[in-house]
Amino acid sequence: MPTRTMTPGIEPGAAAALVVAPGETTVGRASAFPLRREGPGKLTGAAKYTDDLVFPGAWYGITIRSTEAHARLVAIEPDPDIDWSKVVIATAADIPGDNVVSLIKDDQPLLVPIGGEIQHHAEPVALLAAPDRETLRRLKGRIQVRTEPLPPVFDPEQSDHVFSKIEINRGDLDTGFAAADVVLEGEYRVGHQEQLYIENQAMIAVPGDAGGVVIHGSMQCPYYIHNAMKRALKLTSVEARVIQEETGGGFGGKEEYPSMVALHAALLALKCRRPVRMIYDRHEDIAATTKRHPAVVRHRTGIKRDGTLVAQDIEVVMDGGAYCTLTPVVLSRGAIHAGGPYRCPNVRIRAKATRTNTPPNGAFRGFGAPQTEFAAETHLNRLAEQLGLSPAEIRQRNVYRLGDTTPTGQVLKESVAGEEVLRLATDFSGFDAGRALSARRAAERQGSGTIPVGALRTTPERTAGGIGLALAWHGAGFTGSGEVHLASVASVELTADGRIRVLTAQTEMGQGTKTIFPLMVGGELGVPPDWVEYAAQDTAEVPDSGPTVASRTAMVVGGLCIKAARRLKAEVEARHPGVPFHEAFRDDARDHGATRIDERFQPYPGEEFDESTYTGDAYPAFGWAAAVASVDVDLDTGEVTVHDVVAVDDVGHVIHPILCEGQVEGGTLQAVGYATIEEIKVRDGRYLNDRLATYLIPTALDAPRIHTVLVEAPFSGAPHGAKGVGELPMDVGAPAVVAAIHDATGVWITDLPATPEKILAAIHGVPTRARPVGPGEAAA
Amino acid sequence: MSFRFLVNGAPAEVDVPGMRRLLDVLREDLGLTGTKEGCGEGECGACSVILDGQVVDACLVPVCQVDGHIVRTVEGLSLAARERGALDALQEAFLARGAAQCGICTPGMLMAARAYLDAGGPADDGSIREAIAGNLCRCTGYTKIVEAIGSVVHVD
Repeated sequence: MPTRTMTPGIEPGAAAALVVAPGETTVGRASAFPLRREGPGKLTGAAKYTDDLVFPGAWYGITIRSTEAHARLVAIEPDPDIDWSKVVIATAADIPGDNVVSLIKDDQPLLVPIGGEIQHHAEPVALLAAPDRETLRRLKGRIQVRTEPLPPVFDPEQSDHVFSKIEINRGDLDTGFAAADVVLEGEYRVGHQEQLYIENQAMIAVPGDAGGVVIHGSMQCPYYIHNAMKRALKLTSVEARVIQEETGGGFGGKEEYPSMVALHAALLALKCRRPVRMIYDRHEDIAATTKRHPAVVRHRTGIKRDGTLVAQDIEVVMDGGAYCTLTPVVLSRGAIHAGGPYRCPNVRIRAKATRTNTPPNGAFRGFGAPQTEFAAETHLNRLAEQLGLSPAEIRQRNVYRLGDTTPTGQVLKESVAGEEVLRLATDFSGFDAGRALSARRAAERQGSGTIPVGALRTTPERTAGGIGLALAWHGAGFTGSGEVHLASVASVELTADGRIRVLTAQTEMGQGTKTIFPLMVGGELGVPPDWVEYAAQDTAEVPDSGPTVASRTAMVVGGLCIKAARRLKAEVEARHPGVPFHEAFRDDARDHGATRIDERFQPYPGEEFDESTYTGDAYPAFGWAAAVASVDVDLDTGEVTVHDVVAVDDVGHVIHPILCEGQVEGGTLQAVGYATIEEIKVRDGRYLNDRLATYLIPTALDAPRIHTVLVEAPFSGAPHGAKGVGELPMDVGAPAVVAAIHDATGVWITDLPATPEKILAAIHGVPTRARPVGPGEAAA
Repeated sequence: MSFRFLVNGAPAEVDVPGMRRLLDVLREDLGLTGTKEGCGEGECGACSVILDGQVVDACLVPVCQVDGHIVRTVEGLSLAARERGALDALQEAFLARGAAQCGICTPGMLMAARAYLDAGGPADDGSIREAIAGNLCRCTGYTKIVEAIGSVVHVD
């Protein structure tokens, strides 16, 4: 297998070094890596994020939200003692088009209409705009929302409203279990996780002269908003215009929710006939916007004594929240990945996502896979423990190899690097030696014998060290026929004045989009990346190259741009025989005017997926990731310190090592947060900890040292071989941390996050409460 | 009421209510939008500025407390270097090492780092992490930020 490895730099702080075998091509790779293109603006404060923009005469908008989880909206009554003529109120009655935020299903309204059902706490019911924020604050509480309560549903397993249902079958379960030496069952739970981009949701709507609206905002997907505006506001493609401004993080949280914010701002702007700023504060952002789907995953697994998997029966239930959003697609990815990266001849995966009266859940880095792969990996570690195998051995025995078949019947024909990332992760981390060390430390603690549990123990006596391993696969790009349906277009243009421009809708939100596209295209054209412009993400300017999601930007759209650049180069060089593009293009532009190449996505040859039976090629290729986490657990307090993570990720092709490492490091820390501290407490459908003071994410002191190893097992369907990187590290971090906690303490935490309370309860054999205790509620 | 103070070496005077947040004064009255708001309650550090040499959250400081004092924001970080069209050593290190991704925490992170460096903070990983523990970053995992700050401790 033509795999390359990037090893960590020798000098601390140096980027990963690339090891390239002799004779290998370096398509799309430059010899030197450019600095982040928009970096200087971000470092000097000159970069303009949405809230930094000034529009003279702009008003401020806010959203009036429900305070009930399920109710009928009877009336919206502004206080009759207030003069409302100086402000603007908008309700569902003001919506010119369909009252839906256009996505998969048309179930979510912009604003609940009078007589309609409020489906969740913090659901938008009305909008208010005023010339200043003081007026807004003063008047917000003077609009009474009258409702009649309806019975809510909070338990996704009790809900009879099913958004989506999937069943994947391979082989025969009865045969599989009959052949098993050991059968193990397990139940695993994961809760909500907030994306927590540091820039809150932000949109400014500016009405145009001819009835249109221009949106300036923080977003991942300009064309999602564009489509939503056309539908709800009855605008043409030209009247609706969406411009992405500098975006302070997304992680999936700015995939679909920004459509709602933009529609609200636009509705107010149309009614006020002036620009309206809709800038969420942190409290509103956490209380109302989408989260990672909570899930319950049940495994029943048959295994031979030598560690060979023979049967997997898996059930997945995801909580979609009150509206469908992207839930069917999240469920689909979660279900396909539910068995983990392991060969098993007899598999049944049954997955469903249902509606509850809680705020809708949506896209978040990993998109369903972190939930199901946490369950799969933790369950496999428990199987290894039961069989007396090491976590590395059981994975080594079962990990997919070239030619293996997945539960959907997909034959893995190339780019299979699970074994390689597993070996690298155990080698780089010294995994076996680390396990021996934790065992020795545990024995020493036991041997000290006389020291009682409690405050008298010294730090070494109460500190247990552990090391844990996890392995994952992550389908590259969209699931199934997603890319075929999208039929994305990306363009490379030589302008009449001799500039080279890349035109895509792919947004920069920290990953380095604006840096890697010029690098890829410049590499093909034989010109320095600095000569290649990256056009603004403005729907009036760039084609719909699809959303900036699913780790598809570098792989799919990058591939389109490389192909477009090849065509442009060939066309120009054909007009100037014997002259290379970099010498010919300026003359060519002068003599022949502009040349624009539009490259449309073509299905990967030989790939087929049947959505009705869930069989076939679920993804064109898979990325492979392994993580080894080292932790200390305080046995008196249950507190976990994750001090090191070795992250090994096969991304197919590394376009820019520093940016690529940055993705791995950031994703790894989000996974560590998911494993240890990130938790939304829900009561009566309301998030209790809806502030940054109460929803915690890791600080620099909570973060482990992260050691990244990049692996390249290229995918032949992309001209450069890239398979994407953004989501991969999110799949492995949490199970690795939970395995390390087990290595330290001997207890399995099956319900994320692994809080000190759960760890202490497990160590002392006390059952944990299924539901959190709310403020003022007595603990049982 | 009128308040006078120094911002990035230049005198500023604003006529606003005394309890107006320094963050709003900087962003809206003085047009210095490099300082960001992430939470408005002193948790995220995106609005970190340097007040008389100390890092503070501009969202928690009323402007009346700034009267007669010295404020430094990201826009003033490289005044000398920017005249040459360049970044200062700390900004260069952030750029070269990939310590800024989405960039929204970056101004605050730079100010916390600047105060640490100016106070003669050591180059070790733990001390640097302590110094930026009040500044949340969701993109980088902090690895490259810590490396970038460490790399300029002795250069600076």
